[in-house]
Amino acid sequence: MPTTVPAPGNDADAAGRLKELADVTASDSTLRRFLHGLPGVDAVGLEARAASLGTRSIKTTSKAYAIDLAISMIDLTTLEGADTPGKVRALAAKAVLPDPTDRTTPRTAAVCVYPDMVATAKAALAGTDVKVASVATAFPAGRAALPVKLADTRDAIAAGADEIDMVIDRGAFLAGRYLDVFEEIAAVKAECGDKARLKVIFETGELSTYDNIRRASWIGMLAGADFIKTSTGKVAVNATPANTLLMLEAVRDFRALTGVQVGVKPAGGIRTTKDAIKFLVLVNETVGEEWLDNTWFRFGASSLLNDLLMQRQKLSTGRYSGPDYVTVD
Amino acid sequence: MADMASPKAFAYAPAPESRAVVDIAPSYGLFIDGEFTEATGGKVFKTISPSTEEVLSEVAQGSAEDVDRAVKAARKAFVKWSALPGAERAKYLFRIARIIQERSRELAVLETLDNGKPIKETRDADLPLVAAHFFYYAGWADKLDHAGYGANPRPLGVAGQVIPWNFPLLMLAWKIAPALATGNTVVLKPAETTPLSALFFADICRQAGLPKGVVNIVTGDGSTGAALVAHEDVNKVAFTGSTAVGKAIARTVAGTDKKLTLELGGKGANIVFDDAPIDQAVEGIVQGIFFNQGQVCCAGSRLLVQESIQDELMDALKRRLSTLRLGDPLDKNTDIGAINSAEQLARITELADSGEAEGAERWAPACELPSSGFWFAPTLFTGVTQAHRIAREEIFGPVLSVLTFRTPGEAVAKANNSQYGLSAGIWTEKGSRMLAVASKLRAGVVWANTFNKFDPTSPFGGFKESGFGREGGRHGLEAYLDV
Repeated sequence: MPTTVPAPGNDADAAGRLKELADVTASDSTLRRFLHGLPGVDAVGLEARAASLGTRSIKTTSKAYAIDLAISMIDLTTLEGADTPGKVRALAAKAVLPDPTDRTTPRTAAVCVYPDMVATAKAALAGTDVKVASVATAFPAGRAALPVKLADTRDAIAAGADEIDMVIDRGAFLAGRYLDVFEEIAAVKAECGDKARLKVIFETGELSTYDNIRRASWIGMLAGADFIKTSTGKVAVNATPANTLLMLEAVRDFRALTGVQVGVKPAGGIRTTKDAIKFLVLVNETVGEEWLDNTWFRFGASSLLNDLLMQRQKLSTGRYSGPDYVTVD
Repeated sequence: MADMASPKAFAYAPAPESRAVVDIAPSYGLFIDGEFTEATGGKVFKTISPSTEEVLSEVAQGSAEDVDRAVKAARKAFVKWSALPGAERAKYLFRIARIIQERSRELAVLETLDNGKPIKETRDADLPLVAAHFFYYAGWADKLDHAGYGANPRPLGVAGQVIPWNFPLLMLAWKIAPALATGNTVVLKPAETTPLSALFFADICRQAGLPKGVVNIVTGDGSTGAALVAHEDVNKVAFTGSTAVGKAIARTVAGTDKKLTLELGGKGANIVFDDAPIDQAVEGIVQGIFFNQGQVCCAGSRLLVQESIQDELMDALKRRLSTLRLGDPLDKNTDIGAINSAEQLARITELADSGEAEGAERWAPACELPSSGFWFAPTLFTGVTQAHRIAREEIFGPVLSVLTFRTPGEAVAKANNSQYGLSAGIWTEKGSRMLAVASKLRAGVVWANTFNKFDPTSPFGGFKESGFGREGGRHGLEAYLDV
């Protein structure tokens, strides 16, 4: 359910452009032509811009604001073979009450689990506004037939998932079968209908080049993604400031063209408050405040939350508390 | 926790760098023969902080007599200094480089105070480059036999060096490091509005144990610089600054055996083709013209954009300019600092007004300027043609003139149609076009998919009225060797 917001230009123009974009996905060759016609990405320049925004100095009141915002944007995640109902319930409790000593602490946006844990998470979060996100489509490799992926998605939604985090078929993408990637996302999107918001994971570390990340972003957005997401957290390179900046530019450009706003979720490897704040600066200075809430920006993370909580306590008490003053889950 | 009542705005709280790291004395003398001395006649002038107009210190106004004293000290020191083995001179230069690194925070704050540029730039660009320049030329000092000028190339003698206010310490490094590495001694005249970092450098020379008289710093106005370049016992004149002053210096040294290098003005063309990486091109345009408030001789002050992507690029550029943060240069989040002086502000204002009067369309983001100090909002002009003054004259401020072209040939013709030839930029994803266009541009430095990137290993200098001679790299040695 992408939310249509007024485009900067004329609404009729935006609608016209959206219709034109339907032609883009009419065939493999039109889609390829479109994707390869997108502006290239200069890697050195992109990384320099991301690094330069990383030097912003966020202090005092703005730091307090950023910490609370970051907490409220976390998809608190456990995606382990060893996950049990007990572990998921503990995580859910933490999402609802991140800091038992300070009830003004915001809740996280969601908990993110495997499909078979959705029912447990849903029950544990009943009566709260914390969402349940479920990975699906044979996460993390995505190496399964489409009917299996759709069944995976259907199960998660049936168990109560509010959000689906799907993985794209990187093999198809790297083999140049862009339309297959598009159609698979569109099929999962259809499965989600208006019951769940769809996050599309590109596994940017496997796509490897920035040009590929920009193209994947557009495939995802054209296919109806509500969010585009960097990574599974299961490969060597996950979210980086540069790949997240690039995806923010993609959602900015997509909205300017179509009027449709899409969210962004960096995931994997964001562990410290300092890192999280750098990502929020990227959002603030690339797409602005319209993306600065958890409807449009999320962090896929687990250990990040405790660091944010320790920094939050430091701001209110003036001293560091240490890991025994925040809860393990 | 702090007030969370307005959760919509991610406003950055002030993050000022501390001034406490720098101790500015109420007055400074001239640094001659290893000592600070008063100017003959005792005349002084004030140096102010351009962002607040606060008086920072009083500095001696060097006279022709003071220049003479300094040149004599340098001449005396030259005998021993030039006779030192290169490896010994290198030790001093390495030591200076290390001290600069150790004192970099202090020097960055000082430079920001005296010049008005943001601390982000002095901290992340000026100071690292200053240290890198000394390290680089320290490495050459004992390898001059292998520089391509035959065995045992000889220094020139006493170098008279006059530097501008836009990168006070960096221009000092560009001048002094190669001069000392090759065995010359120097008398340096910093700009009138930014003398302090050169005086702190004098202290660093003492701290490094540099022999007396090898480096002399004579502060003052244009008359001091004129006396220095005209001094009959100066063997080498190096000047960075305006083309008008450069021409006057060339006239002064004409008919003498002084060796001369001039690094003068520019009107750099930044050429954006329709297949450019747009987001990075926007960053490069911003870096090209708004770095150091556009007070950069190699600024990309003319944007040549392929007509087919003009609208798209202008939208993106305006959106980006709206995020620039102008204000207190000591704030770590400031992107745009103060203009260096009232005089420079007046010149920028006059030229920008001429752009409007001649029919170009002016645009600047909504941006509040501080009430004291010298400020100019980042500005761009569209609809500029080659005939407009703002397309031809160097503005030396945060003002971008946007012109269009249709074909690569037209881009090259327009880029080269300038009295200057210092820098140019090319933005394209097509390597063959990049190389073909670069080879046709008459500019000393051509950047491809980047802009305003500096490195001590790379020579820098101009074509046409942008000057002659090269600074930096192996080429930079030639200006200080009798070859």
